Amino acid sequence: MSAATERVLIKGNEAVAFGAIDAGCRCYFGYPITPQNEVPEALSTLLPEAGGQFVQAESEVGAINMVLGAAASGVPALTSSSSCGISLMQEGISYMAGSQIPGVIVNMQRGGPGLGDIGPSQGDYFQAVKGGGHGDHRNLVLAPSTAQECYDFMFRAFALAFKYANPVMVLGDAIVGQIKEPVRRVPPRDAVPAEDLATLAAPWRMEGFGRRGPGAQPRLLKSVYLAEGALAERNRMLMRKYESMKADCAFECVDTDDAELIVVAFGSIARIARSAIRQLRAEGHKIGLFRPITLFPFPEEALCALAPGRRFLVMEQNTGQMVEDVRLSLFGQPGVSPASVLWHGVMPGLFIGADALRDPMLQALKEK
Amino acid sequence: MQAQELDALRPAEGESLVFDTNPVLNERPTHYCPGCHHGIAHRLVSEVLHELGVADRTILVAAVGCATFTYDYFNVDGLEAPHGRACAVATGVRRARPDSVVFTYQGDGDMAAIGMAESMHAANRGEKITGIFINNTVYGMTGGQMAPTTLVGQKTTTSRAGRSIGNEGGPIRMAEIMAQLDGVAYSARCSLHSVKHVREAKKAVRKAFEVQLQGLGFGFIELLSGCPTNWHMDPIAANNRIAEAMMPVFPLGVYKDVTANVEAEHA
Ligand SMILES: Cc1ncc(C[n+]2csc(CCOP(=O)(O)OP(=O)(O)O)c2C)c(N)n1
Ligand code: SF4
Repeated sequence: MSAATERVLIKGNEAVAFGAIDAGCRCYFGYPITPQNEVPEALSTLLPEAGGQFVQAESEVGAINMVLGAAASGVPALTSSSSCGISLMQEGISYMAGSQIPGVIVNMQRGGPGLGDIGPSQGDYFQAVKGGGHGDHRNLVLAPSTAQECYDFMFRAFALAFKYANPVMVLGDAIVGQIKEPVRRVPPRDAVPAEDLATLAAPWRMEGFGRRGPGAQPRLLKSVYLAEGALAERNRMLMRKYESMKADCAFECVDTDDAELIVVAFGSIARIARSAIRQLRAEGHKIGLFRPITLFPFPEEALCALAPGRRFLVMEQNTGQMVEDVRLSLFGQPGVSPASVLWHGVMPGLFIGADALRDPMLQALKEK
Repeated sequence: MQAQELDALRPAEGESLVFDTNPVLNERPTHYCPGCHHGIAHRLVSEVLHELGVADRTILVAAVGCATFTYDYFNVDGLEAPHGRACAVATGVRRARPDSVVFTYQGDGDMAAIGMAESMHAANRGEKITGIFINNTVYGMTGGQMAPTTLVGQKTTTSRAGRSIGNEGGPIRMAEIMAQLDGVAYSARCSLHSVKHVREAKKAVRKAFEVQLQGLGFGFIELLSGCPTNWHMDPIAANNRIAEAMMPVFPLGVYKDVTANVEAEHA
């Protein structure tokens, strides 16, 4: 591929599909819902061409359980949906976490609760980062804010899913899914080759014991632990695993070095906030952006490192969710001492521009 | 029973062997109640996998219900599905590994209530999997509540006055429903209450796997089974109930067999 043809003009959703294929995904199971339909539509042709499997499931419940089965077989498997569809998948996601089965779930959020609307929203933050399903479990959560990141993060998502044998959610929204922009269809520098995913799956995958050579014993993937104490031990092990995920925290800092006010935002809103911050910088204001890229694990150490004496303004498209994690990070530990944490919410379903975020930023700058 | 004890029961030289273990089913004592037919169903499935020589490439998708621990007894790779979702999980496994042999083992609550959609659609897509369906007219594990297969008039802990068509609907006949779907290659109903019926059931179980191996589509086998515990009967009375009360409502037979059609066309 030449440098010119590497660049394609596609939607974020299509970038998800290309990213998945290029990262080694060979099974997709999903059920249509706006605003992510371009993902299954693209994969319905891309996957068979790549020798993979595409199934339009009967429901989101069916889809996530197909992912569970395919991923248990050691094959990189994907599903995608939006908000109310993700709610239906929570049962399967909990079982995958409990059985230590990797899988990638893309959530292009729409407005809720309930049927809501098909506009952008970050209203599923809690559901994504606090586990979402029943029982004690965590998903790794990645939040792209550009179509390019939709492509790049699919590599990271599969690599993390297989590294930790755990579900990974890519949490986008109607804006990042629908935006059309140039994307370099080239694996990111840190991409994990698909063969390495297969190696990571070798110790646990279901394939029929005969495939593992002479003397191989049957394997079992399960989440049920009935003997007294067995579940406690299992959960303790999972807890340690979730703790170890901190090694993969990712975040971005823009103009934070000399900033008096730091805006904390993720996904599409972070991108819109960045435009507003750029304008305000040009006007001489000392303002910066901290963008968590992994929402779980939350990059609390990096955030705390910025804290002393500074003010923070959390901006998100919901009624106040990530702000809780920001406050927990900044006020939960002695000696961190930020000056204050403010919050500004954009309501789900609204399409806003940078102008709409300027005033709350100016207001926060004034409130010294 | 310990392995050594079982060895002691094996025939000496010159004695004829009427029953032996088979390597696909291990010798662990099962957790099922006395007189329960889950054990017989396990035995049939394991014998068929052994005879077909496919156990080492088989993946069992276990359901919830009394047979949750199926995987403790079968010497094959196993995977646990959420309640009702076994056919969707099996779809994922078989699609990811087209060269494997995949079967689900599900109760009537699992396959015909909570998992009806997943079961119907996997069958309709013609997924190359085999569905083993245990029809004992109750939810066994959770203590005898009403199932989709509960007979009209049958008292359960959630249909105390007896199931009535007006209130709870009639018993669902899965073998007949499955036979209607284009993707189903084989659908049959057998019973496990007598030796003769067990023998017939084995042939049908074998067929339900053969259509998978031949790539013809979904293989379905419904097995009328006893739940003496939740029927509040001794095992013999439970066996009699299958013949007298269940078989008239759930007639035995092969409801679909695409291989028979193929043979007829060629004849
Ligand atoms: C989502 C969900 N709902 C309910 C249950 C509780 N539950 C466990 S087994 C079972 C019924 C199983 O009945 P059946 O499939 O007929 O199997 P049997 O026990 O009779 O062999 C139920 C309702 C569950 N495990 N998960
Ligand atoms: S409760 Fe019924 S189905 Fe369950 S093991 Fe006992 S007899 Fe068998």
